[in-house]
Amino acid sequence: MSELFPVFLALTVLVGGVAGAAILTWWERRLLGIWQDRYGPNRLGPFGIGQVLADMLKLLFKDDWVPPFSDKLVFIFAPIAIVMAMMIGFAVVPFAPGVVIIDVNIGLLFFLGMTSLAVYSVLLGGLASNNKYALLGGLRSAAQMVSYEVFMGLSLMGIIMMTGSFSLVDIVEAQSEVWFCFSQFLGLLVFVIAGIAESHRLPFDLPEAEHELTAGFHTEYGGMKFAMFMLGEYLGLMLISCMITTLFFGGWHGPVLIGEWLPPIVWFGLKVFMVINFFILLRAAIPRPRYDQLMSLGWKVMLPITLVNLVVTGAVLLWRT
Amino acid sequence: MISQLRTIWRVLLHSFTKAETVQYPEEKPYLAPRYRGRIVLTRDPDGEERCVACNLCAAACPVDCIALQKDTREDGTWYPEFFRINFSRCIMCGMCEEACPTYAIQLTPDFEMCEYDRQSMVYEKEHLLINGVGKYPDYNFYRVSGLQTATKDKGEGDMEAEPINVKSLLP
Repeated sequence: MSELFPVFLALTVLVGGVAGAAILTWWERRLLGIWQDRYGPNRLGPFGIGQVLADMLKLLFKDDWVPPFSDKLVFIFAPIAIVMAMMIGFAVVPFAPGVVIIDVNIGLLFFLGMTSLAVYSVLLGGLASNNKYALLGGLRSAAQMVSYEVFMGLSLMGIIMMTGSFSLVDIVEAQSEVWFCFSQFLGLLVFVIAGIAESHRLPFDLPEAEHELTAGFHTEYGGMKFAMFMLGEYLGLMLISCMITTLFFGGWHGPVLIGEWLPPIVWFGLKVFMVINFFILLRAAIPRPRYDQLMSLGWKVMLPITLVNLVVTGAVLLWRT
Repeated sequence: MISQLRTIWRVLLHSFTKAETVQYPEEKPYLAPRYRGRIVLTRDPDGEERCVACNLCAAACPVDCIALQKDTREDGTWYPEFFRINFSRCIMCGMCEEACPTYAIQLTPDFEMCEYDRQSMVYEKEHLLINGVGKYPDYNFYRVSGLQTATKDKGEGDMEAEPINVKSLLP
């Protein structure tokens, strides 16, 4: 039983991740609709949730076309890579006490590595398409992700210092009293912004900025390959939300003032849900920055904030000892 | 930064506002009486066709969707032999209605004219004619115009003075 449990959990996460991403497409459109004073897809099934099935059906029956001018092998590999990377990233997320696929002592580094691998997907997809819009999208994603990766990692170092461990389970357990969102507020701020840039969601979806680059890196993609990119994006959204919950909002712990009267997995799910909603709210509210604004925000604002956070956290920890 | 946060807050407040959407097939929007929809040909209060086949509507039409052919009745009045509107071309701009000197062609608040067959979008005169006067209940072109027809002589129309004898010297 105990040997099979991680396998069972992995399958659950696989199915749940895909289903969750599918439902998120609908949920996001409904939420955006509400915030833009309209309804969104509400026709098919209760509350329009059948829209998910309709979209899936439509994408499945689309022509699976590979452009003859593209680098075919890489073209097909790119959408698979993003889903794979994001799925593997879920392996270290602690959903509840004991409910984690693998509790490795480098969990956080593993997560950072997997999200970095997702860059390859976008970059290769853009390059292999052999299309100038796709190339520009890929180029942007490479620059954006590489620069945001820097302080995405650095913003978490405060937590590492306070916990003394890279294991995500240890990090959650260290937050049983006070969540890191208070002591590491700057870290949270930077990590959220870097997380959006990393999962290239709006407002930082420069790689696929549709008003200037048609569809950016997935201009040439259609049908299920396009769906894989979308799946990867929504998986990335969920993964980042899971990580924000785990690292800054106490993972499976209930809020201190209210207590733990719900099962840990429910607390975790609720928090992830709230973070996802917040990401969708950002999409509804904030316009996309210009490309140079994105870069200067990264290097001139985010990086100094991260370094200050790092130094202050280190100083406080040293002063306490 | 403050303005960004304010934007986020203002958007969040929209969770509590009512959606503007009208759920169309179940609930229909109010269309004003002067809404520009499906085109009809009206009749005068006596029940005769108002259209005098002057071709001004066809000339005014920016997409050339109106086609008609003039014919003359025995009493000297004009009428369209055929009158055809291709609604798959029509853009409901209402210029024909503005051009019409006899209030014959009018636009109605009806836009639900979907068809599966493109040919079904071509409306002939019998489809366009309605048994009513439309927006102008009392208007009858041949009663107010100065035109001499078998139905009325010069000077017999409504609000029309007797014709002046230009060859007479009397005041």
